[in-house]
Amino acid sequence: MAGSQRVYKQRIKSTQSLKKMFRAQELIAASRIGKARDRTAAASPYSRAITRAVSAVATHSSTPHPLTSERSDTNRVAVLVVASDRGMAGAYSASILREAERLIDQLRTEGKEVVLYASGRRAISYYQFRGRELAGSWSYGSDAPNDDVAGEIAETLLGSFLAPVSDGGVSELHIVHTQFVNMVTQRPRVVRMLPLEVVEGVAPTGKHDVLPLYEFEPSPEAVLDALLPRYVRSRIFACLLEAAASELAARQRAMHTATDNAEDLIRNYTRLANQARQADITQEISEIVSGADALAAS
Amino acid sequence: MAELNVDLVAADRKIWSGEAQMVSAPAADGEIGVLAGHSPLLSVLREGAVRIKATTGAPVEVQITGGFISVDSNMVTVVVDSVEAPASTR
Repeated sequence: MAGSQRVYKQRIKSTQSLKKMFRAQELIAASRIGKARDRTAAASPYSRAITRAVSAVATHSSTPHPLTSERSDTNRVAVLVVASDRGMAGAYSASILREAERLIDQLRTEGKEVVLYASGRRAISYYQFRGRELAGSWSYGSDAPNDDVAGEIAETLLGSFLAPVSDGGVSELHIVHTQFVNMVTQRPRVVRMLPLEVVEGVAPTGKHDVLPLYEFEPSPEAVLDALLPRYVRSRIFACLLEAAASELAARQRAMHTATDNAEDLIRNYTRLANQARQADITQEISEIVSGADALAAS
Repeated sequence: MAELNVDLVAADRKIWSGEAQMVSAPAADGEIGVLAGHSPLLSVLREGAVRIKATTGAPVEVQITGGFISVDSNMVTVVVDSVEAPASTR
């Protein structure tokens, strides 16, 4: 009987140390969310400037650009899945992968061949385990992406979009990432990045309703040529940043739930341990009493 | 004299922002200098140095690897890919 008391004590102890870990993870995630949001804010002047410039060029020159025109010479499409590097974030990676599978199925039924790119170790190991081929993968510390990684991803993806069919060119690029709605809600979202649908919807911000007549140097085409890859890169960077904020928010919530759960378990085990102790005491007393009775009777 | 409102931004942060008398940048066809009242311009930048003569404080000079500049009614936005030398002000 004393054995069960010991077992409960052990369980309580191990659950307590788990709880400490969950609590620490929760606090870490909470402190990093602030940073992730700061980073998003810091990147926004760049993306605003670039969006403005792109819409300025687009309104002035109607020259088609390879990045904005549809390709019909191949049915291969690229899908970039943005997941996390580490787990402990509840359903974050699972829901991203589910959304990706849905998109892939949909593209397949449209008769397209899917080329997969993955970022984040969770996505990479998911596809590797299933023996799917990845055309490219990045794991970079998904909770704090930097601009270099976005550049690398953009370069690879633009490269394959502009490549001829024989070199594995693709006709579309979809990105599956998580949209940060608020601290409680993060939604998996599919964005079709390429070909670019410039640029309606990104109305010039602020007081300038009519874009001025720009002088382009050296030429509108050259400016557009230089701008669009940067635009794509900044969009990809924005996706990564949003995914990072979502990951951290999901992790914080998951770890909070885990902490609560650990507390519940500890409470239950404490009750059971108390019960076991009481049973032990009762038994000891009844043994003594019955022993005394037996002595008195003899 | 009118002044320029300058924003110097990199992909992940704002490097410098404030009022300036003159901005010079390495445009595609050669160095350009922008003073107040410049006509709207959108130009690609090469590798080189961007110099900002601030109205107050020390002039700012940063080495860039590329980017673009947009000028529009005394609003100057210099967008750079990466900054090589640390900016002299935050």
